[in-house]
Amino acid sequence: MKQGSRFWAWLVFGVGTTYFVLPLLATFEFSLRKRRGEYSFDAYRSVFGDPNFQTTFTYSVVVAVFTILLGVLLVVPTAYWIRLRLPHLRPVVEFITLLPLVIPAIVIVFGYIRMFGSNSTLPFLATARGTDALLVIGYTTLALPYMYRAVDTGLRTIDVRTLTEAAQILGAGWTTIIARIILPNVLIAVLSGAFLSFAIVIGEFTMASLLNRPAFGPYLQNIGANSAYEPSALALISFAITWGCMSLIQILSRFAPRSANRPN
Amino acid sequence: MADSIVSETARVSPGAPEISRLRLPLHWLGVAPFFVFALLFLILPTIGLIAGAFKNAAGDYTLDNIIALSQPKLAAAYWVSIQISFVSAVLGALIGLAMAVAVVRGGLPPWLRSATLTFSGVASNFAGVPLAFSFIATLGRLGVATILLRDIFGINIYSLGFSIFSFWGLILTYLYFQIPLMIVIITPAVDGLKKEWGEAAATLGATNWQYWRMVVIPVLWPSFLGTTVLLFANAFGAVATAYALTGPSLNIVPIQLFAQIRGDVLYNPNLGYALAFGMIVITGLANLFYILFQRRAERWLK
Repeated sequence: MKQGSRFWAWLVFGVGTTYFVLPLLATFEFSLRKRRGEYSFDAYRSVFGDPNFQTTFTYSVVVAVFTILLGVLLVVPTAYWIRLRLPHLRPVVEFITLLPLVIPAIVIVFGYIRMFGSNSTLPFLATARGTDALLVIGYTTLALPYMYRAVDTGLRTIDVRTLTEAAQILGAGWTTIIARIILPNVLIAVLSGAFLSFAIVIGEFTMASLLNRPAFGPYLQNIGANSAYEPSALALISFAITWGCMSLIQILSRFAPRSANRPN
Repeated sequence: MADSIVSETARVSPGAPEISRLRLPLHWLGVAPFFVFALLFLILPTIGLIAGAFKNAAGDYTLDNIIALSQPKLAAAYWVSIQISFVSAVLGALIGLAMAVAVVRGGLPPWLRSATLTFSGVASNFAGVPLAFSFIATLGRLGVATILLRDIFGINIYSLGFSIFSFWGLILTYLYFQIPLMIVIITPAVDGLKKEWGEAAATLGATNWQYWRMVVIPVLWPSFLGTTVLLFANAFGAVATAYALTGPSLNIVPIQLFAQIRGDVLYNPNLGYALAFGMIVITGLANLFYILFQRRAERWLK
């Protein structure tokens, strides 16, 4: 019986692995076929040499960095304050951070287009800079569930109350407490949230496309419609970026403290 | 330690109630930015859309838009979307569960488990345009697997009616992020199956099948159902993968909505709001069931 179950486990695992590895191998093989009759890295050369690749990728990286900054500014003080002073609000905040999983991104961005048009009281969409800001805001909502969960888990491992009291006795204000006591203590959790946000944001298509921003996602879609081998190269580059972000999270989690000295 | 300095500060001077009343709102200031952000950029835009779904072009309240969702093209879009989401969720959940059980319980080497979980973390986030590219390169008309099947095994899947741009092609592609998502979420539940339960069942003379039917399946059932509806919502809201794979031609709700936002193809903005409202209702219901099932599942995970 034991032997039989191990056979089934290997079978399931083998079939699953084939399904997951085959497309990656096939994509790789396909991406090497640009030059007729032999394998070459021409597709990658053409991708990296494309000025549109460079500008859209840079744009998306900048947007991702701003998304992470806004997310940290929004989530760290809130999660800290909820733990310290307003624990009864926790279910409300948790519910709100889960909303982006309930409301699809396409619906959120549709709401923005309707609400922040040129004639509205908050005319984000009237200028290019404003639309960039709105894209950062939209991405921040998409990343909110992951960012909040990461930071809240990080806060669970430190004794927020004692740290705050100690800092207050030494005369620290709220800004100092959050920036110099709390943030460094949950830095690893924050970084995990940041890398996950980066992975989600970097190739995002729907919001960027509907807000008409020159981001990496719409560029990818456009290349897919117009060339043969470059999309495969780009798919593997994107996979490598996602893989890189997840590996960094894994590595970071090894440095994270396991549990609090004292439960809050 | 409950009476700490921090919680004392609010009533530091009992003789001055004015001060303590002044301090009260300051409690809320700490979370104000978050709530303002959520209100402005999450709640109000959504409520605006929902309100728009119940108004006509002149701004009067009406149910016409909701009724208009039943016109054949839109009803078909919802039906196809629901079918694709349902099939990809159920298949993803079953295969994901099988893989999680195989990796956790199947006696495979331990490193396979962490490798599978890491890969699942990556693949569940590898949705969208690049995923579509990968599947076109694999199973497209000139894809590597298509050519291999044709030249080595003599099977021409395209002449057999398969196409990566069809219903089943889309499902095969969606499974690439659905299965890993299932593995990531269900593995803790599979871990929660205690060894003692299996031993207890064996002591009582249960066969392997009885152990599965009477212990494992009932314990995992709420987690399984919950995650399945989560996968359903996940597939239902996905735009980029389907758009990059099939272009604007495929008649599913997110793509209809995408086209509507781009160029008002329904010639009625309020009907677009109704379309979005329908999406929120479906993903909202799915998430509600997820929370209910998850609550039941947590009983066993303690």
